[in-house]
Amino acid sequence: MTESGDPVTVDTHPNTPPMGEQVHDSAPTIRRVDSAAARTAERPASEGIAALAADNAVFELDELSCYYGAFRAVRDISLAIPQNQITAIIGPSGCGKSTLLRSFNRMNDLVDTARITGSIRYHGVDLYADGIDPVEVRRRIGMVFQKPNPFPKSIYDNVAFGPRVAGFRGDMDQLVESSLRRAALWDEVKDKLRSPGTALSGGQQQRLCIARAIAVEPDVILMDEPCSALDPIATLRIEELMRELKEKYTIVIVTHNMQQAARASDLTAFLTMGDDRAGYLVEMGATDEIFTRPQHQLTEDYITGRFG
Amino acid sequence: MTAPVQALSARGVVERRLRSDGGDRLGLVLQVALLLSLLISLGVLVVLIGDIVVRSLPVFAERPVDFLGSALSSRPARAGILQGILGSVLLMGFVAALALPLGIGAAVYLEEYARDTRAARLIRTNIRNLAGVPAIVYGLLGLAVFVSSLGLGRTLVAGGLTLAVLVLPVVVITTSEALRAVPATIREAAFGVGATRWETIRSHVLPYAAPGILTGTILSLARAFGETAPLLMVGAIAGTFTSTAIGDMLTGSYTALPTIVYSWSGQPQDEFRALTAAAIVVLMVVILLVNASAILLRNRYDRKW
Repeated sequence: MTESGDPVTVDTHPNTPPMGEQVHDSAPTIRRVDSAAARTAERPASEGIAALAADNAVFELDELSCYYGAFRAVRDISLAIPQNQITAIIGPSGCGKSTLLRSFNRMNDLVDTARITGSIRYHGVDLYADGIDPVEVRRRIGMVFQKPNPFPKSIYDNVAFGPRVAGFRGDMDQLVESSLRRAALWDEVKDKLRSPGTALSGGQQQRLCIARAIAVEPDVILMDEPCSALDPIATLRIEELMRELKEKYTIVIVTHNMQQAARASDLTAFLTMGDDRAGYLVEMGATDEIFTRPQHQLTEDYITGRFG
Repeated sequence: MTAPVQALSARGVVERRLRSDGGDRLGLVLQVALLLSLLISLGVLVVLIGDIVVRSLPVFAERPVDFLGSALSSRPARAGILQGILGSVLLMGFVAALALPLGIGAAVYLEEYARDTRAARLIRTNIRNLAGVPAIVYGLLGLAVFVSSLGLGRTLVAGGLTLAVLVLPVVVITTSEALRAVPATIREAAFGVGATRWETIRSHVLPYAAPGILTGTILSLARAFGETAPLLMVGAIAGTFTSTAIGDMLTGSYTALPTIVYSWSGQPQDEFRALTAAAIVVLMVVILLVNASAILLRNRYDRKW
């Protein structure tokens, strides 16, 4: 399954035998480099990742630690998130997945005591450098939350709020429609755009939140367990949607659901908690590799359900 | 033992356990006690209101319009509360214009902008304490600061400022609580699409908190309307309006409904008993109307979704 080539087309031939991957591409993709590196020796996950960072990485994390006051929630994470891919972050509860995700768009700034050490570069720019405006960061790096959280306003206003505050001057009706279409919600709500977003079902609300996130034309969409409050059918719809969206956006998803990570993501990062209760990266690689040939015992224990 | 016997005795045990043995007596006693406390509180209120309404009936029966529309007078047959109503409404206007924006602004800053430092917590605690300070103390403060130091004299302006300071902590507290009841997820959602702090507050936090803020602040207005002690300190008792021109009302001597009630209740003539009761009824009706408007406003905002 870890075939090479254009990342966008990866999912179109999921049954390519593993042999195929060994040779035929002179410009290996992220997952190739990583899996190859991982297989050759026992090496820290970060090295393999560092090698692939240069090319099409949206985020590059270097020794990132996140703190709440004196408590270190996430420890020394180095990894790269490639463009137009779905990267899943998995790991046991409390290992800092959400904290890590929220550091990507400076959402943690809202917590008074939160701070980081190390760096996160976004297209090469240090997100935490002086003079970086978190509001501008969040316009480019959108977020979908664990519990669907539409504004208690109309469906239309839910989608239009982001573009409005961003100073959008074009045809708002058009933008609302296209955002709702891209979030696969348009047909269900086109006749009731003025009714409250909170009156929709849970799955519809979450798609509304996705429409709201993409209405500001972000570059990245962060999803923090977006399906944990949804039933399996709504979950599958969101996963389908994610696969469509990755053509245009880079998606990073935190999930508790390993089937979801396995089904929906291209890359998987596995975090766990150390004795100091700080989350750290155990390994990251192509999802197929992580789920079929994990390099670390911890990963294997987790994905096979032996702990976590 | 054979199986059927065992089954039978088991059934007997179960049945005995399941059957009530006359019930939960303590629970019943408690329920009655709770009901009694409700009835007693209600009873006191009903007696009080009933007594006052009955006493006031002669006044409302004989000259309802005249009573509401006449000026103060030492002759009971001519005394009315027009000036008290005017004074109280103006005072409430002052309070609304001063305490509401200041209090809501302070609460928004405390809840939305201030970091949760020791200083911020100290301020919050002290605002709570201020809300518990007796009204008479605010009267003394008003007398010292507004009447004397600022040289406003015993005017309606000084009285309005005093009442505004009196309800300010209550406005801050009720607004803070309304803001704290706004789910964090709504703020996150707004920040998540790139809204600034102020855009988040204006578009989502304040509208969501509006019913709570409105209810709390309007109730604090009602409190200011009924407050007597501080007004006595800052001179509302001193007199009546010299004229009903707005300038004179603000700078001259003034009065308010609660102070009229207070001064009439001390009059020797018997006729003033009925007049006092009638003034109380008017005061209560106004406060009821203010509270009702708070409820109406809240419902209107709630009904939006």
